[in-house]
Amino acid sequence: MKILLSWLNEFADFGNDHLALADALTASGLAVESIEHVGGRVEGVVVARVLRVERHPDAEKVRRVWVDAGDGIERHVWCGASNMVAGDLVPLAALDTTMPDGRTILRRGILGIDSEGMLCSATELGLGGDAGGILILRADLPLGVNVFDALGVHPDVVFDLDVTRNRPDCNGYLGVARDLAARMGLQLRHPALDTTPLAGERGVPVTVESPERCPRFSITVMTGITVGPSPDWIVRRLADAGMRSINNVVDVSNLVNLELNQPNHAYDLSAVADGFVVRTAVDGESMVTLDGAERLLGPDDLLICDAVRRPVGIAGIMGGRDSEVTDATTAIALEIAYFEPGGIARSVSRLALRTEASLRFERGVDPHNVETVVGRFAMLLRETCPSLAVHAGGTDVVSVTLPPRERPVALRCSQVSRTLGVDVDVARIASLLNPIGFVVSDEGEGRATVVVPSWRSDCTEEIDLIEEIARHVGYDALGKAVPKSPVHGRLTPAQQRRRLLREVVLSLGASEAMPNPFLAPGDLADAGADESAALRLSNPLVAEESILRTSLRPGLLKAIAHNQSHRNVDVALFELGHVYPQGSDVLPGEFQSLCLMFAGHDAAKAVDVWSQVSDALDVGAQVDSTAAPAGYHPTRSATLRRGKTVLGAMGEIDPVVLRRYGIDGRVACLELNADIVCNEEPKIPVAKSVSRFPSSDFDLAFVLDEGTPAGVLTRALRQGGGALVVSLDLFDVYRGAGLPTGARSLAYRLRVQADDRTLTDAEVAGVREACIAAATKAGAALR
Amino acid sequence: MSDDLEALIRSALARALESIGSVDDSESMRAVAAELTGKKGPLAELRARLGGIDDIEQKRRVGKALAEATAEMEQALEVKSQTVSDREMRDRIAAERMDLTEMLTPPRRGRSHIVTQAMQRLEDVFVGMGFEVAEGPEVETDFYNFEALNMPKSHPARSEFDTMFIEPHAAAPEPNSVLLRTHTSPVQIRLMQRSKPPIYAVMPGRVFRRDTPDATHMPVFHQIEGLVVDKGITFAHLAGTIEAFTKAFFGSDFTSRLRPSFFPFTEPSAEFDIRQKDGAWIELGGCGMVHPNVLRAGGIDPEEYTGFAFGFGIDRMAKERHAVADIREMYTNDLRFLRQFR
Repeated sequence: MKILLSWLNEFADFGNDHLALADALTASGLAVESIEHVGGRVEGVVVARVLRVERHPDAEKVRRVWVDAGDGIERHVWCGASNMVAGDLVPLAALDTTMPDGRTILRRGILGIDSEGMLCSATELGLGGDAGGILILRADLPLGVNVFDALGVHPDVVFDLDVTRNRPDCNGYLGVARDLAARMGLQLRHPALDTTPLAGERGVPVTVESPERCPRFSITVMTGITVGPSPDWIVRRLADAGMRSINNVVDVSNLVNLELNQPNHAYDLSAVADGFVVRTAVDGESMVTLDGAERLLGPDDLLICDAVRRPVGIAGIMGGRDSEVTDATTAIALEIAYFEPGGIARSVSRLALRTEASLRFERGVDPHNVETVVGRFAMLLRETCPSLAVHAGGTDVVSVTLPPRERPVALRCSQVSRTLGVDVDVARIASLLNPIGFVVSDEGEGRATVVVPSWRSDCTEEIDLIEEIARHVGYDALGKAVPKSPVHGRLTPAQQRRRLLREVVLSLGASEAMPNPFLAPGDLADAGADESAALRLSNPLVAEESILRTSLRPGLLKAIAHNQSHRNVDVALFELGHVYPQGSDVLPGEFQSLCLMFAGHDAAKAVDVWSQVSDALDVGAQVDSTAAPAGYHPTRSATLRRGKTVLGAMGEIDPVVLRRYGIDGRVACLELNADIVCNEEPKIPVAKSVSRFPSSDFDLAFVLDEGTPAGVLTRALRQGGGALVVSLDLFDVYRGAGLPTGARSLAYRLRVQADDRTLTDAEVAGVREACIAAATKAGAALR
Repeated sequence: MSDDLEALIRSALARALESIGSVDDSESMRAVAAELTGKKGPLAELRARLGGIDDIEQKRRVGKALAEATAEMEQALEVKSQTVSDREMRDRIAAERMDLTEMLTPPRRGRSHIVTQAMQRLEDVFVGMGFEVAEGPEVETDFYNFEALNMPKSHPARSEFDTMFIEPHAAAPEPNSVLLRTHTSPVQIRLMQRSKPPIYAVMPGRVFRRDTPDATHMPVFHQIEGLVVDKGITFAHLAGTIEAFTKAFFGSDFTSRLRPSFFPFTEPSAEFDIRQKDGAWIELGGCGMVHPNVLRAGGIDPEEYTGFAFGFGIDRMAKERHAVADIREMYTNDLRFLRQFR
């Protein structure tokens, strides 16, 4: 809502300290989003008459204009515009004038002929409006006088207010002024109403077929109208509010809307004299609105129609073309209505048509404003139509669903202090709320009944009143106190483990990526994941972002491809984020997943990463390489599982997948269900005294068929060696000469030690033999 | 005989000193030392002949000469040994010079995303203020995202949350009933439902709005919200908490203010702005007293408890901290971008 300071000052003596007023508006909940200075006087720009306009054969784009600025001297200026003719009055900026944009008018010659000034457009003078041509002034202005004086333009300030949904009354000057005056302790002045006695009865029949959508529909007939231009002050006000002047009737309608926050519509009476029908549209019906667009309507759209049910407007949103006020109009039917806000909102969003009227009806206007609006309308129109007659006998159809004029709400002082932390009594509450039109009655025992005025449809319960009290006490006056938290602030063990997990992953060299969780159709399938289990968005921004990920792999693969295309080397990325596989419940089986990818590395890197993560977080899993996890390299990957529970997967990404994503080289990958890993509570380690007795080491090398995983042999050795084996490390793998084809040599170093004695040579030999026996049983041959 | 012996001692010492003088490295040093000080060393051999002197006086004189010669030899050995080992250490150090700038590109620690960094800093500040950290799902029901937050169906404010909905499927057949949460507020409801007051918690997380990406907006972004529900909580506690957070997170030069605003889930509602000393106000987020209907939806009696809530965006905070020109750059996952932020 744009608020002009000079206009606002008509409602109370707010003064001209616009910065202080902006602060007061912001502090009362009407945030000032911008402050604009308009109508700043430009010295040296005077009213001049165009004497003649000529072309110059060598300068086709400009005109030569001779003007008279009232001093009888004929001045020549060059002009780029061509909308003026001899006799027009135009603004002439004299030489050396400094324009609002900082430019100085110089004696700029073209073809050796000087220009003794510049003719100005409205925009160049900071007057808003049309930038396309020279501003043509009204013919009765005096020559030689400063244009701003001649037009009666004064410097002014425009506040752009952010009016929140809970302040429907502040989409008009009166509401803003009422709130601000109350805050500043000033007397509010209501706008003057027409007091001329009503003329004879002239009604128009009205049928409201949808009273729930249109609880009030009133028509007042006015005659004795001459349609013509508006006075300058109205034109200026509308321009400053960002509206174009149309004619005196339409301008008054708009002005009253801005003042009183009541959209209203003036029909040419001759077009609607037989009456109105207010009805919902039938499916497929359409009409042409004022803006010339044809609107396709549906049964939830409300229409204002003439007596033969022909639409003359979409209720509360925009009128139609056929019943517009024209230059020939002498009588009007003024519609003032109250429409149910929800219905307007639905039509607005369906038709994608938002207007000054719909904005207000959607938020809720004062349903009991008809007489005031008619009085104000007549008052303003009478300035250009002295013989205006407002007729008695207007139609006013009111349904039982019209919100009441007065709405009582119970209020407890105890609730006010519980919420706001300040003690207030009923008298104080009355002093705060009465100035904004609320009527407070003391019911005793700290209770009050507050009658909410009809323009505040947002206030329906106690907490709404408490907010009003808070606003008018002032948020700053409510104090600041830090509550003493009785809660022990901390991260949960799972959250701490998640941070540890991040630390480990970062220390392994991977940086954190945040790919889009929305995927294109095919992304999951390309990564080898089951796309049918994915949720889809019903209203994606673009089709390429319509699938919810069930795996982090597609996002990271895209990120790796992006980095490779920019020749970034050593690409190591991870993501810790939610995935959303469809489940059997209303909500998906959402969980946090960790995925790491190391471009240019093979499966060994994934194994290394897993062993580091596993060690740091003390999580174990069986490495199951019986079948490759989907999307992974068929012979270089494994599932990490605990029985039936899949903890994750590791290995290389399937080369076929890499090809689809346009990635060169190998990519090592580890995926873990981070929820399982982090929610696990690690056992508290119990201290074990280190052995005081000597240890013995021995090495064993075995030949093992490639078909048998090394893990099988390792497990066999550990089991065979028993408790005396304190460490067991695979330290060498050899493939090549001296070995049978399809087999490799695995060399282990074992350390044996007892807690309670020095082991004898025989005992050490016994462990060695047991290990060899177990290994042999597992299919390995001692080398 | 004693004269003889004394002459022998002198010549043995002279020979010993000569051989010590000829030593050049620690290996020959060890050999020479072993030879000279061993049982068969020249002076040791002479000591054996000491017993053959009968004259006490003579014996003492020769003995003294032998002891002095032995001491002199040992002294010479020690000095020479030190000299040799010092020189050898010098030689070794000179020879084993390493150019410590001659390094291959080493593996580097990865970098946390700047949004994660900001989130963790925020969590840590709130943990220090006595808050817990609560989490919830990103795919939510209409109930938790809207209805429980005092936005029943057809509430006009819903249209301000440009919501992305999940296409109906077998387990959730009703259109527009499941959605991507538009704020982290659903976690407030879940938290109230599963725990009794006092509640002091913050809820960081990812949220979604159907906004076309531009330099300052992403359809997927991050928020942190706070919720306090306890007996006797007032608006002053809200203002005090915002102020304490502002100083703890941004620095003691910063201050905060609340100004009236509107949200369906809080009343009274406020926007909160922060200001550095002598600086302009910057709008940070929204807050307010938890609306009684929201407490009820969380299973809490508003006649017994009051509460406040606040929330703000994390991405913008990270963007401004690191002067990122375009927020979309934070989500390109380009290593050249990511690696800048330690």
